[in-house]
Order: sequence, then structure tokens, then C-alpha cells
Amino acid sequence: MSALLLQNVHLILFLPALTAVVLVTLPDYRLSARLNVASAFVTFLAASSLLIDKPASGSYLLVDDLNIVFIVLNTFVAFTTSLFSASYIAHELETGHLNKANLRFYHTMYQVLLGAMNLALVANNIGLMWVAIEVATLTTVLMVGIYRTDRALEAAWKYFILGSVGIALALFGTILIYMAARPVVGEGSNGMIWTVLIAHVAEFDPALLNLAFVFLLLGYGTKVGLAPLHAWLPDAHAEGPTPISAVLSGLLLNVALYAVLRFKLLMAANPRAIAPGPLMATLGMVSLVFAGLMLYRRSDIKRMFAYSSIEHMGIVAFAFGMGGAVANFAGLLHMTMHSLTKSAIFFAVGQIAQAKGTQRMRDIRGLTVTHPLLGWGLVVGVAAIAGMPPSGVFMSEFLIVSSTVAHAPLLAAPLTLGLLIAFGALLWRLHGLAFGEPTGSLAPVKASSAPLAMHLGLVLAAGIYLPPPLVAWFQHVAVMLG
Amino acid sequence: MDRLDFDIAHMFAGGLVLVSFMLLYQDRLYALLNMFAAQALVLAVSVAWQAYIQDAPHLYITAAITLIFKAIVIPLALHRIVGRLRIQRQVETVVSTVPTMLAGIALVSLSMVVMLRVTQGADVLAREDLAFALSVVLLGLLMMVTRSNAVSQVVGFMSLENGLILAATGARGMPLVVEISVAFSILIALIVVGIFLFRIRERFDSVDLHALDGSKVNRI
Repeated sequence: MSALLLQNVHLILFLPALTAVVLVTLPDYRLSARLNVASAFVTFLAASSLLIDKPASGSYLLVDDLNIVFIVLNTFVAFTTSLFSASYIAHELETGHLNKANLRFYHTMYQVLLGAMNLALVANNIGLMWVAIEVATLTTVLMVGIYRTDRALEAAWKYFILGSVGIALALFGTILIYMAARPVVGEGSNGMIWTVLIAHVAEFDPALLNLAFVFLLLGYGTKVGLAPLHAWLPDAHAEGPTPISAVLSGLLLNVALYAVLRFKLLMAANPRAIAPGPLMATLGMVSLVFAGLMLYRRSDIKRMFAYSSIEHMGIVAFAFGMGGAVANFAGLLHMTMHSLTKSAIFFAVGQIAQAKGTQRMRDIRGLTVTHPLLGWGLVVGVAAIAGMPPSGVFMSEFLIVSSTVAHAPLLAAPLTLGLLIAFGALLWRLHGLAFGEPTGSLAPVKASSAPLAMHLGLVLAAGIYLPPPLVAWFQHVAVMLG
Repeated sequence: MDRLDFDIAHMFAGGLVLVSFMLLYQDRLYALLNMFAAQALVLAVSVAWQAYIQDAPHLYITAAITLIFKAIVIPLALHRIVGRLRIQRQVETVVSTVPTMLAGIALVSLSMVVMLRVTQGADVLAREDLAFALSVVLLGLLMMVTRSNAVSQVVGFMSLENGLILAATGARGMPLVVEISVAFSILIALIVVGIFLFRIRERFDSVDLHALDGSKVNRI
């Protein structure tokens, strides 16, 4: 019954799993870090090969134009983050924040997380997708708590509780989808296979579908970090190791968003069900404005960028909620740009926090003087995430605003206001961090700045020139999203 | 479907809601754990009954997993943790009992109204099971919100997952993947919880304990 897929899909699932098994047994952390990077790189190559050689979908795995975008982006950021993590982690070991046993655990969990996220992205069975997201959540919970300080434990606990509730609500929604499907497609696993569901969804009972979508949106929305279910996100970002903050912001939020999009497609294909767009757009707008305001009151640098992630996921959810070819295109572009830029910012922030020995913004000043490379990297990154031209974020935000003006002029005002609030907060904070009287340690950082440069280069390049094949691809997906 | 079969299934599902209510007003940890074990027991019986009337042998496995892990292993483990770590036996509540119970009643009526109205097309057993399951889920959530203690939050979470299993087994022919994974997730959750309680204890308790078992700190 399940057609055997081509090797590259299996590779992005088995390679992380296999590496995780090897990493458990490997005592030398330097070797583990290298293996981690190598494995992430090969996974990225395998994922890229999906672009050329797209396997047919079976009853468990599905590869279509929508999820390839997510998979390639995911594996790329995972690879660059593993590069950053290698130098970051060595420093944590030197300063005694982590010991060797912690590191072995950390590397293993990193690969488990990658495998789980890839599985969530390629799963055709909605139950399997749920399991994968649950595993990804649990591994990140463990990683957030790895420093074992009071605050790290509290953050991990909060994340565990809120994440589990979200995931439980999502499971209830999944069960309801099955209940809606059963009278039409029959009993058994057919009722959980996404490709079967989308083919028959027009005949499903709309009331059950509506209820299911509410649970799924709230459940997976918790993992996306949409307000008012975002409470876990700033703590988890601030207290865990910085590479994990980068992975959470750049990847895991996207994976949860992908799940929401899949179910949005289902809803849109049933003409009698409620339109899912306005619900998503509302949550997105609330997150954007709320997080924008919260940005002003942060004192911890990682916490501030966590709120910025909530803001940007709000923008993306809003764009997909608006729908239409332009808004969907902009949503996809914005998601990609946010992943690249935000993880780059976390790379910079991680090195800054290590160099200065603190995450308090009050104690970090004059970075462009003390650490020119890092300081200017941060300046470019924050300017890009705030939406200054010529970054890719500017382009996507511009498209979202112009599409909103065209389709729902009333919403354009709060949207623009939210963007401006966040813009102001970020630039204001950036000024304090990067310029002014230098404070703190002047010790140079040893970490490599290659991942940071790579990401920022891509974001700037995207703002100036998007390759036509990429544009065509995104446009195609945007039409598919409806 | 046989009328009697239906009534019995109905009774077990209703019993689960009742036990969920009883979880709400327990004010001592041990009593709470015992009540959770009782809830898992009712769930196991209910799942086994579903397996019998649906003629779905794989549900027996789910029933067995529920019985062994949730009714026996997990409560025992939590008993030990509570005893060994000398966690305070009294449950601290954020909201007192009466408002909590009233909120619980409101939630159950809400889920009845919503589910029965929405699922008019579905078959009778499934829709009533779903309404009960949603009640258990909401009561579990309520418990997590109104308790500040870590152990009782975990119990609230597991009671919530019990509601999910009830929903999954009520959906006729739902593939096994899901039930196993739910059970599995509970297991992982327990491991996580165990580790956490350990670490929380490590951090928040007095320095003596730290000095006494300094070796334990690096164990995980």
C-alpha cells in the first residue's frame, strides 16, 4: 500500500536519526560537533535534491511544492546553525556552563530535533505529523532546560506545559478531522492521509470541520507563538542555549505554521466550512501589535528578539490569512527572510553575550567599537529585520502592506501601525547596543562569523535581486495556497 | 448497535467525567494521585469495552497500556517522587474549590452544547463520546490552570490526555498509530517530568541537599 519513495526523502529522515544514535555513544565533544555539522550538511544536500528529483507521494510521506520550500529552508538553517553551535558550545564548555555529558546530550537532541522537524514536514498522515511535532517539542523542552539554572528550569517548565496543552488541543482537532472524514472515506488510515482528505473534503460535514480547525489553529498556533498563546516563547528563547533560540525562531515556528497551512488548505477546499483566513489574520494582527508594544519594555537582549519573532510570525500568519496570490507570495517570502535574518541575529547575539558575559542590554553598549565585525553584523541584521530597504524583509513587508491596502484597506492602518511600532523599538534598542560609550569586556570572540555573513548576504541579496526560478516557484505555491 | 452495549459505553464515558470532577477538589497530593489512578482505571475499562463492541482488537492494547502505565506505573512513580523529595503534601490552589467546581460545571455544559450541536450528522455513540471527551479535556485544562504545584499540573495534563484517548477510541476505526503515540507521549512526558522534578528540587531546595549529594548534580 505504501509506495516506496525515492531515497532522498528517506535520507532526510534516517540520516538525523542515525547520527543521533552515533552521537549518543560518542564521548568526544569536538568529534560530535563535527559530525553534527557534517550530518546537517548532507541532510541539506539531500533536501536540495528534492528540488530536482521530486518523489511520488505515498500514504505516509508526501512531497509537494509547498513543503519543499519549508524543507530546504529548514535544512539550510539547521546546517548553518550547527556550524555556529560548534564554536558556541566549545566556549560554553570552557566557561563551565556546560559539561561534556551535557554536550553529548545536546548534540544528540539536536539531531533528533532535525529529524522530527523533517518528518513533520514530509508527513502525509496527519497523525504522523502530530507525533513528529510532539517529539520536536519535547526535545526542545529538554534543550531549553539544559543550563539548569532556576530561570532555565522555569522557562523549560512553562514551555513544556504550554507546549503540551497546545499539542493536546491539536490532537483533539486531528481526531475531529478523522471523525469528519470517516463517513466519506471510510474507516481506517485513509481518514488521516492528507492527500485523501483534500480530495474528498468537499463532502465532509462542515460543522465538524469548523470545530476541528478551531482546535488545530489554537493548538498549532500555540507552537507558532501567536498571541495570546505565546507566553512560553520569550522565556524559552532567553534561557536556552543560543543555537537553540536560533533553531526555535528560524525553524520550529515555521514547522508549526506549516501544519496550520495544511489544515487551512483543507478548510478552503470545503465551500460550506467557515473561511479560515479571517481567524488566522486576526490572530496574526493581534500578535503583531502586541509584540510590537512589548518590544519597548525588554531588558534582556534574547528576550527582545524573541518578541520580535512573535511579531514576525504574526505578520506571516496575517499574510496567509489574507490570502490571494500576492499576500501568500509575500507571506512565503517573509517567512523565509525572517528565518534567515532572525537566526543570523541570534548567531550575533550569542557571540555578543559570550563576549560581554551578560544578556542585559543595559550592560551592552558600543559594540561597533569593541567588536566591529559583530557590532556591524548586528546592525545589519537588526536593520534588516526591522524592514529597512534593501533587505528582503522590506520587500515582503511592502508586498503585504500593498496587498492589504488593495483588498482590505481598513486593516492596512493597524498593520502599518504595528510595523512602525516594532520598527521604532528595534532601532531605538539597536542604537544603544551598537553605538555610544563602549562597556564591558573587550576580549575578541573566537567564533566563526561565516554563518552570520552567509545569512545576511542572502537576505540583502534577496532584497535586491530574487532569482526568477525562485519567484516562479513561490508564485506557484502562492496560487496553490489560494 | 445494541442498546445495552451503547448504555454501558455511555456509563463508562460519563464515569470518566465524574472522576475528572473528583480530581478537581482533592487537596492532598497522595489523594490526588490515587484519584488519577482511578481515572486511568475507568478509562482502561472504557477502552476495553469499546474494543469489545467495535470488535477492534488493537484497542485492547491501548486499554492495557492505559491500565499498566497510567493506572499503576505512573501513579506509583509519582508517589515515590513525592515521598522521596519531601514535596509539600498539601496542594496549593490558585482558585479555591467552589469557583473551580462551578467553572468545571460550566465547561462541561459548554462542551455538551457545542459537541452535540456540531456533530448531528455523526453516529450517536461517537458524538456523545466526543462530548464527554471534550469535557474531560477541558476539566484537565482547568486543573492545570487552577493548580500551582508542579505535580498537580502534571496530573492535570495526564487527565487531559485521558480525555484525548477517550475521543480517539470513540472514533471508530481510528488507526492505532495515534493511540500508541499518545501512550508513548505520556511515557516521554513522565521521563521529562521526572527529570524536571529532580532538577527543580536540586535548584530550589536548601544548600544542604546540594552538599550531601553533590554527585547527583551532574548525573543527567
